[in-house]
Amino acid sequence: MTAPASPGKVRGETILSVDHLVKHFPITQGVLFRKKVGAVRAVDGVSFELRRGETLGIVGESGCGKSTLARLLMRLERPTAGRATLAGRDLFAASGSELRRIRRNMQMVMQDPYTSLNPRMTVGDIIGEPFEIHPEAAPKGSRQRRVQELLDVVGLNPEHINRYPHQFSGGQRQRIGIARALALRPEVIVCDEPVSALDVSIQAQVINLLEELQDEFGLSYIFIAHDLSVVRHISDRVAVMYLGRIVEIGTEDEIYQRATHPYTQALLSAAPVPDPDAREHRSVIRLHGDVPSPADPPSGCHFRTRCWKAQEICAIQDPQAVPRAADPHPSACHFAEVRPTAI
Amino acid sequence: MSQPTPASATPPGGHLLDLRDLHVEFRTQEGVAKVINGVSYHLDAGETLAVLGESGSGKSVTAQAIMGILDSPPAHISAGQIRYRGRDLLSLPEEQRRQVRGKEIAMIFQDALSALNPVFPVGWQIGETLRQRLGMSRADARRRVVELMELVQIPAASTRLGDYPHQFSGGMRQRVMIAMALAMEPKVLIADEPTTALDVTVQAQIMDLLADLRRDLDMAMILITHDLGVVADVADRIAVMYAGRIVEHADVRSLYRAPAHPYTKGLLNSIPRLDQRGGKLATIRGLPPNLMRIPSGCPFHPRCPYAQQVCVDVVPHDLVLGDGRTSACHFAQEVRDDRTS
Repeated sequence: MTAPASPGKVRGETILSVDHLVKHFPITQGVLFRKKVGAVRAVDGVSFELRRGETLGIVGESGCGKSTLARLLMRLERPTAGRATLAGRDLFAASGSELRRIRRNMQMVMQDPYTSLNPRMTVGDIIGEPFEIHPEAAPKGSRQRRVQELLDVVGLNPEHINRYPHQFSGGQRQRIGIARALALRPEVIVCDEPVSALDVSIQAQVINLLEELQDEFGLSYIFIAHDLSVVRHISDRVAVMYLGRIVEIGTEDEIYQRATHPYTQALLSAAPVPDPDAREHRSVIRLHGDVPSPADPPSGCHFRTRCWKAQEICAIQDPQAVPRAADPHPSACHFAEVRPTAI
Repeated sequence: MSQPTPASATPPGGHLLDLRDLHVEFRTQEGVAKVINGVSYHLDAGETLAVLGESGSGKSVTAQAIMGILDSPPAHISAGQIRYRGRDLLSLPEEQRRQVRGKEIAMIFQDALSALNPVFPVGWQIGETLRQRLGMSRADARRRVVELMELVQIPAASTRLGDYPHQFSGGMRQRVMIAMALAMEPKVLIADEPTTALDVTVQAQIMDLLADLRRDLDMAMILITHDLGVVADVADRIAVMYAGRIVEHADVRSLYRAPAHPYTKGLLNSIPRLDQRGGKLATIRGLPPNLMRIPSGCPFHPRCPYAQQVCVDVVPHDLVLGDGRTSACHFAQEVRDDRTS
């Protein structure tokens, strides 16, 4: 296979740019005259940039909007507001053949390898299906060979092309999902919790595979996960989401060593570390309560109801994700400061 | 209660709970799956034992065997003993077994939403045991339920009695299930992946709660999990399971410092670390075995970097390494002292 990045596409330049993306799901009441009574603010003004060849990790707890963000980027949902461009093309204005070209360039790996593969299709049909939709990607005669190449690339036996998904283990199924995402030689792959359904020993194999493929094909990843350790391992930069917003974004070092947002600090300190000796000298921040409903988020800073630093200003003024005095990476907190023992 | 309750004191020198050479198989139409192949472990009052393993290792089936809630058929206990305070639970008649279940040994499950009944209020569900088993009146049960809900730190407990499971968040539902398990004041609490379905910050809350309750109520706890991080945070001892066997058994510190079984070592090397920026992750090659066709000799040998001919031919016995550590590996000492990987 040849690398998808053609000459002239410089590693490090911005490939995906997202600007104030908003997705509100309406809450309706009534049967005949459906009246809008509110909105779930799943994604509430998210901006970031993804560079060529880089992995941007997105972490957050359930309900923070990270999966909705993935669906928006894949154009499976229409945004309420905001813009995004992929390699210079407007993602949300595109339609017809323009949209097909964009979709070819951005593919997705789903979380659950058991439900994301059609049990009645052979592996060859699953991986080859993208070629049905995008015939220009591979001429008909060469498709079988391409599928076998893809199986080989993800570490599966090319002779198993006629097998069905149930004949594979969870880790192997996830490899099939990855092969399908690679089929059209995209530049960007959105991975939505790609390893969270896998056992520990299998998880490492899939993470290594994703990293090898990135080097080989110059891919850019959006890597969505709730596991902070996995995200740290694979990401160049990390964005932390809370209630539909990015509260902090920075390089792997900036987030894991010099986090300035209280929520990031609490997340890091709550994550278990596989080292019993760390038990005593870890100072753990315990957050109280649950994440508020995204249908009725708190005024001002969304995190203030669970934050130990919250003051009056936090309820009035919405903190922007901008560089703070404590550290130059963007953090959406009025009282941003570095915590001495981050983890 | 007319039935005799189990002896109230543990016999001197005995363990509170003592599993001896337990074997469980699933007899299915496709064949016999040997799910548990000689598991022995023990638990003393007030301690936390972690049972660690991946899917299919048999960790949950062992717990279900202790509780007496295995689905049978297909499950069949083919050999072994489960001794609680010196008495073998497996030889007890069902009526006496029932006196142990819930009252002496209670269990909480991974997925609170499917473990709770969606059509009854949580107060009613927590109180069910109290009314059925202790014959409490509705009013007494209600008072006790509020106490239990306060014990597991559900805010505004008295106003939430009538709420249904779907009105609670994931963490609160797990608290409801813990309250239910604590209703009969058990001596042993088995927690089967109690935080796997929860978010990081909520997981921390629940693990804290379990640790506090274990201490305050002086219970012993068996924590079943696949998460090496959670184990390091709370457990005293750890038993690592693979293909229905305990491959390594040690106190938590020695095990993390120097694992003495290649499988444990492989697991510890293959997890990305929050506190370290790593390069390529070490992996365990291959897949866990099909339990209908467990490899000869050591079941881990096809995946093991230390494997020799002897591993294919001979089933390794538990090698005692001192400090109460055991490892079911022919090369346990070499693995423990090998610091290169």
